[in-house]
Amino acid sequence: MAETNTERKDVKQTGTSGVQQREPEVVLRPPVDIYEDADGITLMADMPGVSRDRLTIEVDKDMLLVEGDARIDMSEGMEALHADVRSTRYRRSFALSGELETGHIDASLKDGVLSVRIPRRAEVRPRKIEVRAE
Amino acid sequence: MFADLTNFGGGLFDELRRLQDEMEGLYGRWPMPAGIRSVARGTYPPINIGATPEQVDVYLFAAGLDPKTLDISLQQNLLTVSGERQAPVREEANYYRKERFDGPFRRLITLPEDVDPDRVEANYRDGVLEIHIKRREATKPRQIEVK
Repeated sequence: MAETNTERKDVKQTGTSGVQQREPEVVLRPPVDIYEDADGITLMADMPGVSRDRLTIEVDKDMLLVEGDARIDMSEGMEALHADVRSTRYRRSFALSGELETGHIDASLKDGVLSVRIPRRAEVRPRKIEVRAE
Repeated sequence: MFADLTNFGGGLFDELRRLQDEMEGLYGRWPMPAGIRSVARGTYPPINIGATPEQVDVYLFAAGLDPKTLDISLQQNLLTVSGERQAPVREEANYYRKERFDGPFRRLITLPEDVDPDRVEANYRDGVLEIHIKRREATKPRQIEVK
């Protein structure tokens, strides 16, 4: 699974004066673990603050896109004293290879950890080859 | 423009000192010595701290935590949060990426001095650990009448 680069998205906005301004929309790239075994590929991503209703997973035949919106309840008039995290949007995408069975993707979300499992197509799973002794 | 006239002479240093005081609470974002407990960027877990006059809120972004491993303690205004986040490597699999933090962590955070250790609440939801600490009521300024 190769990674495509969609970290930063420049959003064009029209200011009140009618002049076009570019304002970068900061998007967080969630850290992922990706591993493969004989049955397929598993991806796990950290997206703290994201619940199921604020998570989007899109798959087409050659790309997997994961997007999430974190919700952090903040009090009225809160003043930031320290901010390691400066955005609530997560996004990351991956190019998929043809032998994955994208029709049977399984995804689950618990405590902000997304697990996506993409099986390999049955006919592509490795077959053990017996070696005959002569 | 007229306000600046009152700052003739030592005005520059007054401004610097005011900035210094403001930055004091901002954990070393300014090119001055960082808070003695501040850590390198990228330390796990990421933390945000916000404050209102009534309370201080600390957010730790730690997905997949087991709340049973969490230890949160507040001594005067020093908050200590430790725990463990498991993201173990599966032996039989090939890893292409292993970016997620795995193991124990501890963060010590210096909070404003008026936090009240007896009024702390913590909850963990969707991977965010929120700690809310009420602040002691400031003594109200006394009005002084000029006779």
